[in-house]
Amino acid sequence: MENTLTLRYEVDGEDFTRAGEASAAVKRALKKMGVSPEVVRKVAIALYEGEINMVIHADGGVITVEVTPKEVRMELADHGKGIENIELAMQEGYSTAPDEVRSLGFGAGMGLPNMKKCSDEMKIESTVGVGTTVTMTVYIQ
Amino acid sequence: MNIRNAKEILDCQVVCGEELLDQEIHTACGSDMMSDVLAFVKDQSILLTGLVNPQVIRTADMMDMLCIVFVRGKCPDQAMIDLANERGIVLMTTGHRMFTACGLLWENGLRGGN
Repeated sequence: MENTLTLRYEVDGEDFTRAGEASAAVKRALKKMGVSPEVVRKVAIALYEGEINMVIHADGGVITVEVTPKEVRMELADHGKGIENIELAMQEGYSTAPDEVRSLGFGAGMGLPNMKKCSDEMKIESTVGVGTTVTMTVYIQ
Repeated sequence: MNIRNAKEILDCQVVCGEELLDQEIHTACGSDMMSDVLAFVKDQSILLTGLVNPQVIRTADMMDMLCIVFVRGKCPDQAMIDLANERGIVLMTTGHRMFTACGLLWENGLRGGN
């Protein structure tokens, strides 16, 4: 087994002001490990967008990040309402975020497409009424 | 230019990070939509915005930005100032509106980057 660092964070769905704490902690950890700035940047943006989504749409969830010498693998799992139409949700500009979220600077329908753009692999599994798990991988090598 | 130059050009009040004003800045962006900043911005060192909430600081932190300028005289609250101090981000406020603030920085040589 190669060296693997696993980080796990509970995301509080009640407090939008704290959304992003987990992503910031992961970013700091990766920087400390000497991971390249471009990889850190991609992981930070993808994870932050995902964390914001968890708070907006799913009352929080759990983020697990595994760092190996080859890749950073992120799993964001929630027990929210699920995504009815993943293909539609992936379209730029499509959003179901409420107006109060838009007034905070989010909900432009850019989150999922941006997560895809920043990751080398991305998979969304979602069941309406059960929850959503997003898995993203950014290659280090 | 450095952050101190931008402060003078925009006639800013420094809210926090006074000791960080000598950092060089090469590009800037202006937006109230953090989704757009996360999706389209790259390598910008200053964010100009009229939006005032903690996610502005978190977005800037994720994007490795050095400084946030709040336009139209808007002021961050203490929780935002604490977060910016923790992350090493300069916060400044200017009385100029967004269009004017961006124009002044452009006129003085700052560009939008890629």
